[in-house]
Amino acid sequence: MATYIAKRLIQGLVVLLGVSMICFIIFRYMGDPVLTMAGKYATFQEREEVRRALGLDKPTYVQYARFIWNAAHGNFGKSYISRVPALGLILERFPATFELATTATLLAFLMGVGLGVLVALKPRAWQNRLIMAGSLGGISMPTFLIGILLIMIFAVYAGVLPPFGRGQTVTIGFWRTGLLTVDGWKHLIMPAVTLATFQLAVLLRLTRAGMREVLTEDYIKTAWAKGLPPLKVIFKHALRNVLIPVVTVAGLQFGEVIAYSIVTETIFQWPGMGNLILTSIFESDQPVVVTYIMLAAFMIISINTIVDILYAILNPKIRYA
Amino acid sequence: MSHSSHLLDVQQLKTYFYLFDGVARAVDDVSFYLDRGEVLGVVGESGCGKSVTAQSIMRLIPDPPGRILSGRITFDGLDLVQLSMEQMRGIRGKRIAMIFQEPMTSLNPVFTVGDQVAEMFRLHEHCSRHESLERAVEMLARVQVPAPEKRVHEYPHQLSGGMRQRVMIAMALACQPQILIADEPTTALDVTVQAQILDLMTRLKHEIDTAIMMITHDLGVIAEMARRVVVMYAGKVVEEADTASIFNHPRHPYTRGLLKSMPRIGDRAEKKRRRLSEIQGMVPGLLALPEGCRFHPRCPDAMAVCRRQLPALELLEPHHKVRCWLYLSA
Ligand SMILES: Nc1ncnc2c1ncn2[C@@H]1O[C@H](COP(=O)(O)OP(=O)(O)OP(=O)(O)O)[C@@H](O)[C@H]1O
Ligand SMILES: [Mg+2]
Repeated sequence: MATYIAKRLIQGLVVLLGVSMICFIIFRYMGDPVLTMAGKYATFQEREEVRRALGLDKPTYVQYARFIWNAAHGNFGKSYISRVPALGLILERFPATFELATTATLLAFLMGVGLGVLVALKPRAWQNRLIMAGSLGGISMPTFLIGILLIMIFAVYAGVLPPFGRGQTVTIGFWRTGLLTVDGWKHLIMPAVTLATFQLAVLLRLTRAGMREVLTEDYIKTAWAKGLPPLKVIFKHALRNVLIPVVTVAGLQFGEVIAYSIVTETIFQWPGMGNLILTSIFESDQPVVVTYIMLAAFMIISINTIVDILYAILNPKIRYA
Repeated sequence: MSHSSHLLDVQQLKTYFYLFDGVARAVDDVSFYLDRGEVLGVVGESGCGKSVTAQSIMRLIPDPPGRILSGRITFDGLDLVQLSMEQMRGIRGKRIAMIFQEPMTSLNPVFTVGDQVAEMFRLHEHCSRHESLERAVEMLARVQVPAPEKRVHEYPHQLSGGMRQRVMIAMALACQPQILIADEPTTALDVTVQAQILDLMTRLKHEIDTAIMMITHDLGVIAEMARRVVVMYAGKVVEEADTASIFNHPRHPYTRGLLKSMPRIGDRAEKKRRRLSEIQGMVPGLLALPEGCRFHPRCPDAMAVCRRQLPALELLEPHHKVRCWLYLSA
């Protein structure tokens, strides 16, 4: 188990190094930082000074080493626009995105697995056929359409939910949370549902397919033959086996959810990282973009590693591999 | 409520499967009984309805597509066919247990074998977690799993096929059931392991005083274990007698064919090597059963009447029933 985890960690580091190389190239060769920093009307001398100050006169490999060194210390440079450290700028937005993505993933997981099991048990009931048709809709409808429809129905027409923003928040240490106020939850519902829809539909279909397959396995027949009640057979003996692939996918999707949140955050004016990154791309604010990419890569790799370990715990067969 | 002197009395059981292509009459008017503490052999080629009969007794027929159409399964004054699923759960595992053909897939891969055996004690005897695990260790020791206190913490994939089948037996016998239905328990195992498992079952049968319904297509297993034999063909019982009569005076041409297809010591040494399978053709598909006697297309002794009319299962001599026109006057 320990070697297994060590192997996964090393793999993660290698991928992270690869991403850093791409980031460095973006940082160094897309747009001219000197021009941005010194301004259009700077003299040649002034530009050279900025170049030296930024270390851009050194050979490329020295620059890359310095980039890695700084990155490892959480220093990705200052935003060209707001002139504050890029990492701080992003981390400030992180709680909003994290809360949204976590809520959406939990919602998708609980509803997806619950409905998936329900549908698998009685595939022919009309309610369940309806759920399956709905899930097809959930997969094929674009996120922005779902968001706009929700706003139209619940904010504009019914007027029960606020259409944008994060509402009232409470700050605990560095973490600004919207989960402690009723207003915060009201603001969270629609973006979370919007973000969760696709994931929910995928997990539902995956659970249903897995459940239908597992229910025909011999060990389920054994479980019935033991005299176990249906709840035990389904939720203990069958679901545990179905969950192995479902948890894997749900975990991997968490990374996707953070990525997709760019669209959702834009629709609902959610003050998260996705919203920030979109603005930064428009403004060629390279340090912020690069920091975001590195941070996203770091998060996704961490999540994947955790998922792999979780998978090993759920599935005894690979624990010794 | 019906009463019967037998421990288990199956009467005119019909279990059909309603498939897209038609109705598969997997078990069609099957009757037999099982007495306290005896071993009954059920033989027949693949697909003749042995497993469906066993699953009908346990009420494990998947519905849809299957259904027990009619018949009675009397056990201890109860008709199992009429019981609710909740009542049935008090019988399954506790009073009638079952083990399956495939030890490789019959244990749940994500739980330790100790958990799976202990579950029986928690479920039927309301033992605590700790006590049930201790009793699981005891049970594994009884089925001769080496180092049971270590094995309880292992997962099925860490055990060999023979060990897994021992675990299945431990699980099945945990609550000392009155009946053990063993559906081809040794088919998937090596010959030496087969013999060990059969020995184990014989020994435990005496210790626990369980009646065994031994389903197999291996007549060697029957010869070794069973006191009486039921021979099935295409969803029907074709012959029923004590083991000695079946081996010494088989009546039904199908039973004779099965016996002839048994390999014997010295066969290879004989000048003309006999073909292993003596019965021509294959078991008919259940959706396209022949008219009359279901065996007649493959029967060496088929007569005109066999093609037209199904013979009844008749008592030929005491304790020997046959379903064949050769012994009946039409
Ligand atoms: N779940 C099912 N769905 C549809 N048909 C089934 C099902 N189970 C059994 N049958 C039908 O019942 C017939 C008898 O099957 P059964 O499993 O009882 O045979 P068997 O005598 O146990 O054979 P084997 O020696 O191969 O185990 C099969 O040929 C099949 O057509
Ligand atoms: Mg079978």
